[in-house]
Formats: sequence, C-alpha cells, structure tokens
Amino acid sequence: MMPLLSNATAIFGKEVRTEFRSRELLSSTIVFVLIVVVLFSFTLDTNSNESRRFAPGLLWLAFLFASSLMMQPCFLRERTNDTLSALRSSVSDTFAIFLAKIAANALFLLLTELLMLPVFAVMFNVSFVAQFPGILLTFFVGSLGIATAGTAVAAISTQARMRELLLPVLLLPLLAPILVASTEVTVGLMSPDPFMQWKGIGFLAVFDVVFLTALWLFGEYLLEE
Amino acid sequence: MAKRFLFGLVAIALVVGAAYSSLLIAPEERTMGALYRIFFLHVSCAWAGLTAFSICFAANLLYVWKRKEKYDGLGVACAEVGLAFTTVVLITGPIWAKPAWGIYWTWDARLTSTFILWLLYISYLLLRTLVEEADRRALLSALFGIFAFIDVPIVFGAIRWWRTQHPAPVIMGGANSGLDTAMRPTFWLAVLAMHVFMAFLIVERYGLERMRGEVEMLRQEAEG
Repeated sequence: MMPLLSNATAIFGKEVRTEFRSRELLSSTIVFVLIVVVLFSFTLDTNSNESRRFAPGLLWLAFLFASSLMMQPCFLRERTNDTLSALRSSVSDTFAIFLAKIAANALFLLLTELLMLPVFAVMFNVSFVAQFPGILLTFFVGSLGIATAGTAVAAISTQARMRELLLPVLLLPLLAPILVASTEVTVGLMSPDPFMQWKGIGFLAVFDVVFLTALWLFGEYLLEE
Repeated sequence: MAKRFLFGLVAIALVVGAAYSSLLIAPEERTMGALYRIFFLHVSCAWAGLTAFSICFAANLLYVWKRKEKYDGLGVACAEVGLAFTTVVLITGPIWAKPAWGIYWTWDARLTSTFILWLLYISYLLLRTLVEEADRRALLSALFGIFAFIDVPIVFGAIRWWRTQHPAPVIMGGANSGLDTAMRPTFWLAVLAMHVFMAFLIVERYGLERMRGEVEMLRQEAEG
C-alpha cells in the first residue's frame, strides 16, 4: 500500500508541476467554459426564475464538455514524449500512475469549476454563497468521477486514430449518471429554500468507487505496450 | 454447413411462428385492443439484445484474461447483434408509445438507459474501426466494453431515481402485475424465438469475423 501511495504522490507532483509551469490546460479550459456559458445564455431567458432550475444543468454540461478536452493530454503527452514505458517501469503497480493522473485531472477540473462558479452565479442570477460547503462537496465527488472515467478513456483513446474526437464520443455517454446526479444535487442547493440531497452525493460516491475499482482491476492492461 | 443451414431454418421458423401467434392467436388486450401486439416483438427483442450484450461482456472479460482471438470475435459479433436488436426495440417502442401514451418518446428510466446502452455500443464499434493493430484493437475494445457494461446499471439507477415517472414493470414486477395467462405461451414463444434467432446471428457473425481474421493474416503473409 505504501509504495503505491508514495509512487502516486511523486507522479501527481510531476503532473501538477508540468501544468503550473505553463498553465496551458487550465487557461484554455477556463476560456472554453466561459464561452460555453455565454453561448448558453443566448439560448435561454436568464432573467426568469426558471433559471434556478436549468442553470445547474448547464453548468454541469459545460464542465462535462470541458473535461472531454481537459483529459486529452494526460496520456497523449507521455506517448508523444515516449515517456510512458519509463513511467511504467518506475512504479511497482501501474495503478499508481492512474491514481496520480486521476488526482491531477480532478484537481484541474475542480479549480476550473471553482473559478467559474462566481461568474456563472452572476450571469445566471443564482446564489451559492450560503450553500458553498455543499456545492464544494458536490463538485468534489462529481469531478472525481469525471476524472476517473476520463483518465481511463483517455488511456484508450490515445492509442487510436482520431483521438480528439474519439475521447468525447467514448466518455460522454459513460458520464450520463454523473450529469444527472450532480445536476439534481446542485439544483437543490441553488433553489430558493436550499436543501442537501445526500442520496445524490452517495450516488456520485458509488460511481467513483465503481470506476476506481474497475481501473484498479483492469488499468494495467490499458497501458500495455 | 448443413448444420448451420438447419439452425437458420429453425430460427426463422420460430420467428415466423412467434409472429403468427402474437398477431393472430394471442387474445385482445382489454384497453389497448390489437395495439398491444407489438409488445411481443418489442419485449422479446429487448431481452434478446440484453442477453447478447451480457455475452459480449463475458467475452470481453475472457479476452482480457485469456487473450484468445476467438473471444474478440465473439465480443464483436455479440455487440453488433445486440445493437441490431436494441435498434428494433428503439424503433418499435415509439411506434407503440404514440397511440398508447400519446407521445413518441419520454425520458423515462428504461427508455433513456436503453438509448445510452445503444450509444455506448455504437462507441464500442466505432473504437474498433479506429485502432489499426489487431491485438491492440481487441484489448482496448474489450476494456471499453467492460466499462460500458458496468455503466449501464448506474445510468438506469440515476434516471430511475431522479428523472422518471415510469410505468411499473409488467413482467416480474409487483403482486398485481403480470401477463394474462392466455398471453403467456405467445410471450414465451416470442422470447425463445428471438433468442434462437439471436444465437443464429451471433454464430454467423462470429464465423465471418474469424474468416476476416484469417484473410488478414494470409494477406500479411503474402505481403510479408
């Protein structure tokens, strides 16, 4: 257990350092989410009270689309730089690579979400401040699920042709349960009398555990040379 | 060859028998009249499709474990056949729903998860066309097939909890559900017929996939 965690921490550190050196991934994803949110606002009447009902769904949809772009480089970079086999031989269990990439992807996604939340709240006229801890928890379990499935699918799509198109096609249908559950929880939290749907949080946690277990069992085959 | 021909004949005879029975023998339904007769085709195809996807899942697991080419062939055969049956379900459903419910489509748990199941297996087949190397294609698609199959119950759970006002299950539902006894023989005949037909299609498709593999190998040798 210990070498797994220390390996994963080391790779996680590498991922975060690489990203924060350029901040390419974060900055382009944030711009992308911003564009999607603005374009959504043109298609709907954002001044009505209805916006409390549909806005969280749009927000999560934007995050889902963003994630399908954000997960692209995590294995592609290793392949183009030919570092994957070195990475594989440096760890005792390939699951450490997945753990690290999932943690890094979840962190980047969570950062994007937290930066976008205030912008979104202003544009769609919803309040979130009082319910912030609940929203943070929802973002966390939701993003962890997106990152887990996304990292697994990215490992598949990087080995195929047309990978940029293939990743969203493979990933988005898998993420349907996350979209449903996290939207419902967020709608509850952003409603006029806010409430927390623990059932939804539990559901998201189940998704996370199921896909983490699947990756733990089958992950090593995804990285076979 | 003769065996396969016989198998196909039996499968087609069963399907024709089931069609005859569901259109002419089964009694009228109290509220829907003759309209409900599409139920026999709709539900038996749905079950046959799910069976094919379950075999596909087993074949995917076996491929990852044993790395035998035959399991890859079985996986793709089952995925395609399951997709064909699910397509029939997705077409007959709206045809039935329009006169019965007044709408073609509703975002109910079973409809939506069937649709997502259908999309996931289309993605599975799409992935197969985009990986060149045979071993890698087999392994990656098997792994994606495993992820897709375990996702489906979660999709169903999510939609059932949050987004549905679905009608209660008729078969194997609660105490007051269930088919009229006079409809039962036709229903089980339809289920049997569709499963035999599904098995026949899988066997044929599997044979085709093996042949394709052989041709590819021979071509590589000739070019070699």
